Amino acid sequence: MITQLTATEINTALRAKKVSVKEVTEAFLKRIENFDEEYGAYLALCPERALAEAEAAQAKIDAGDSGPLVGVPIAHKDNISTQGVETTCASKILQGYVPPYDATVVENCREAGMVLLGKTNLDEFAMGTSGENSALRLTRNPWDTDRVPGGSSAGSAAAVSAELACLATGSDTGGSIRMPASLTGLVGFKPTYGRVSRYGLVAFGSSLDQIGPFAKTVEDCSLFAEAMSGYDRKDSTSLQGSKISSADLKTGSLKGKKIALPRELFTDAIDPGVRESVEIAIDVLTREGVDFHEITLPSINYGVTTYYIIAPAEASSNLAKFDGVRFGSRVESTGHVEGFAATRGKLFGPEVKLRIMVGTYALSAGYYDAYYHRAQQVRGLMAAEFEQAFQEYDCILSPASPVTAFKIGEMVDDPMKLKLLDLCTIPANMGGFPSLSLPSSLAGDLPVGILLTGPVMGDEKLLQTAYNIDRALGRDYRRPPIL
Amino acid sequence: MADYVVSVGMEVHAELLTQSKMFCRCKVAFGGMPNTRVCPVCIGLPGTLPVPNRAAVEMVLKTALALNCTIAIDSVFHRKNYFYPDLPKGYQVSQYGDTNPIGYDGYLEIPTPEGGTKKIKIRRVHLEEDTGKLMHLPGGGSGVDYNRAGVPLMEIVTEFPPDIESPDDAREYLVQLRSLLVYLGVTDGKMAEGSVRCEPNISIREKGSTQYGTKTELKNLNSFRAVQLGVAFEAKRQAEVLESGGTVRQETRGWNEATESSFLMRTKESEQDYRYFPCPDLIPMHFSEEQIERVRSTIPELPLAKLQRYRADYALSDYDAGLLVADRDWAMFFEEALELGGEAKAICNWMNGDFAKMLNESGQGAMAGGKSHPERKTSLVRPEHLVDLAKLVSDATINGKMAKEIFAEVFDTGKMPSQIVEEKGLRQVTDTGAIASAVAEVLASNGSQVEAYRGGKESLIGFFVGQVMKKTQGRANPQLVQDELKKQLSGD
Amino acid sequence: MSISLDEVRHVAHLARLELDEIELASFQTKLNALLGHFEDIAGVDVSGVQPKPHAVSLVNILADDVVIEGLEREQALLNSAETKAGLFIVPTIIEE
Repeated sequence: MITQLTATEINTALRAKKVSVKEVTEAFLKRIENFDEEYGAYLALCPERALAEAEAAQAKIDAGDSGPLVGVPIAHKDNISTQGVETTCASKILQGYVPPYDATVVENCREAGMVLLGKTNLDEFAMGTSGENSALRLTRNPWDTDRVPGGSSAGSAAAVSAELACLATGSDTGGSIRMPASLTGLVGFKPTYGRVSRYGLVAFGSSLDQIGPFAKTVEDCSLFAEAMSGYDRKDSTSLQGSKISSADLKTGSLKGKKIALPRELFTDAIDPGVRESVEIAIDVLTREGVDFHEITLPSINYGVTTYYIIAPAEASSNLAKFDGVRFGSRVESTGHVEGFAATRGKLFGPEVKLRIMVGTYALSAGYYDAYYHRAQQVRGLMAAEFEQAFQEYDCILSPASPVTAFKIGEMVDDPMKLKLLDLCTIPANMGGFPSLSLPSSLAGDLPVGILLTGPVMGDEKLLQTAYNIDRALGRDYRRPPIL
Repeated sequence: MADYVVSVGMEVHAELLTQSKMFCRCKVAFGGMPNTRVCPVCIGLPGTLPVPNRAAVEMVLKTALALNCTIAIDSVFHRKNYFYPDLPKGYQVSQYGDTNPIGYDGYLEIPTPEGGTKKIKIRRVHLEEDTGKLMHLPGGGSGVDYNRAGVPLMEIVTEFPPDIESPDDAREYLVQLRSLLVYLGVTDGKMAEGSVRCEPNISIREKGSTQYGTKTELKNLNSFRAVQLGVAFEAKRQAEVLESGGTVRQETRGWNEATESSFLMRTKESEQDYRYFPCPDLIPMHFSEEQIERVRSTIPELPLAKLQRYRADYALSDYDAGLLVADRDWAMFFEEALELGGEAKAICNWMNGDFAKMLNESGQGAMAGGKSHPERKTSLVRPEHLVDLAKLVSDATINGKMAKEIFAEVFDTGKMPSQIVEEKGLRQVTDTGAIASAVAEVLASNGSQVEAYRGGKESLIGFFVGQVMKKTQGRANPQLVQDELKKQLSGD
Repeated sequence: MSISLDEVRHVAHLARLELDEIELASFQTKLNALLGHFEDIAGVDVSGVQPKPHAVSLVNILADDVVIEGLEREQALLNSAETKAGLFIVPTIIEE
């Protein structure tokens, strides 16, 4: 079945003329039609655009284009702007919003010959850890549809995992790619901050957000990251010379690699099943010649707090543009209340409103120093601590998530507990470090992800290490058993 | 009525003379159909990001240097968060802090009525973006035009406690500041178009008191005159409030041009909480020594210095020198003429007299804040024309009246005056023989007037002069004509 | 450090979020819970530490002052709920 193939396999088949882009695209569209009801991955489909892009991709292949991802069907997270295709961020306030421009990432993917199938579900405005905060739809984990797929890039994870797209983009502010990748058995990667343009990504925590790939294999992931990355002059925070290269992906070796294990991420906060899976991997890799060291990175314990001050603060400002005037939905004002407040009060979901409130408070007169300013200082400390570790170690390894996929509705009453699940992933966003979640052995039939984090601009080395670890663990991509 | 002292803080915003907007590359222009100079960035669509305009940054740096400011070597942009329909992102990108604005702790010198100068201290010179325009529709309701949203804006604020203590000083400060900004080429200075906006903060206190009064802010002042009247009005209004036993409330008031009075716009009971924080989408600026010196070297001689120099070097009156320096191009024209050998007073008189008059009449003059600033950019008259013309007069080749007529032709054709003189044979007739015969002819054909003159009606000399000038097509040297007439009328 | 209902109301107003009484009470509870956690960083020694508002260490990212065509007016107005005479019509604003 075409939809079971990896991106490289699809591309190879296309270039060998075993199949056409149109056939591949239609295969995925058909599968979406048949199965998305069950998983709830998509918010919008664009079959006409997909077929038009398929035609363009086919022309490229016929002309001998050797691009490794030409003709591969993908999905974009619905907080990434797509011209002419509704972009909602899974929020009522953006229902009906059709951007007049494409995000740079969308342009890059199209230029690389990929085919856009549709837009995927997310926690509203990317604010969430489980995927349950979407105002429009519920996404289910393809491994067990009573369980969450993780968030905020819930739909993209479910789509790739359920083979409703070959690849998909996500965005990661505190773990929103790596957490769902971990819960759905995928490779999920957050590149170095600044290597993938944010132009067109609806901003949540501007200094933390990065767009990145979901894929079934590390090779697919690297190629996808390569295609979407690179300097963009429309984004002031974009780095020069930042295109990620896959050239050295399959070289290198694990022998003598020095990998740090921060004890703060191997505590009782981590589920025993997850811990066991990670430790099995550590054993295998030790035998492969990896030199593991237990270290302490105390700032990790401040990560969640610091994140939940900085991200909401930036978000409270970023979301001020949603007032119903130039785009999106609008609620008529009632009585003495301003139109803006009525629209925002009614159309933002509760988690979004909570974070706006937190952020506004943290920035307000009298509290700025104690909260926002201090949090940015702690962030500086954390980044410095990690950078110091990278002087000595090639990368840091830990669980990607303290838990495996939990049941839908299980954590909604304990919002703090949910936020603590970001413990492992947050540091990478704080320092702008590249970080990747790689599937490890299952824990009780559910996927577990290993998190690898490296120094700034060390994406290629990190991907290479991930590739080698993946091979050493002997993992073949495992389809969710129920598929 | 007790004796009150007025204190005025001036907040001036100037739209910068860049091609494109501050954070996007939409065109900057005045007027036009609404929402035709917009893009996803300046209308604040989700996902868009700002990239600052380098020219705008350098214009603010240049201004800060010209205003004697300390430059913030490392300077960042902040977000000023508030909600208003003309504010597309729900925040304005600006600059906050004491030592973060590109320039701070500077001053501007203004002339005093006594003939000296005084320093008006400046707190900050910073860079921000303009908002869109909220318009009230005739049938009710409001609409927004975002053409102006994102235009680069420079804000200049005076220091507290204020150095401006009268409506006249307030006006003078604005006149001098605007002139300086136009000289630097950072704004076109068109107050009527909103390129330069002034919002004074006015408070009063009893003479001798060290306690500053509550201040009110005045908006909608579109001319120098309005600023002067507005400050005076507010000072008087506040005094009346105090005299009647009331207290002055902190308010924002609007100026009504027609009634020349202020009205309440909104009460500022509490300060707005703008929740300033460094904009995460914008990268910090860093100014190197090299850049600062390079920009400093592009600052021209500034208006006040130029005026003082003209008065000292050329003995021009304050009024005349003032007219010359009011517009930098006008002053450069003058200086070019001097470089070509022109004499200062003569050139000045031609420029501020006939040349300015003809420019205004032909619609090429420009008004700004009440004073006329002839713009000679499209005129055919060049400095060398005036130098040539003045020389022709000073060496008596032509007389003054003829010079005026010739100038009119120069203005229309761009021909050199000397050329016109040659082509039309307009050389002043100084040949005494020719004059003598012309005089003789006139006297011969005006017998009765000659009788009358000789009979005592000496005022007829004017008539005879006129007749001789007519006979010589106005070219005779008037003095020689007079002398010859007197000779022939008395003698014979 | 706890937040009063009045403060919650004030923050909701700053953020232009119309909340009913039930929501206000709910947010008060949630905010208090979060603020309790924020105390974690109160004791961290940050003396001399520069805040890190960016994840990149760049300076002077500026663009050349060159005009680039933007949106056609129709495109710009396309997503607005209400337009008239080329303007974005805004909901009623109560000045306070």
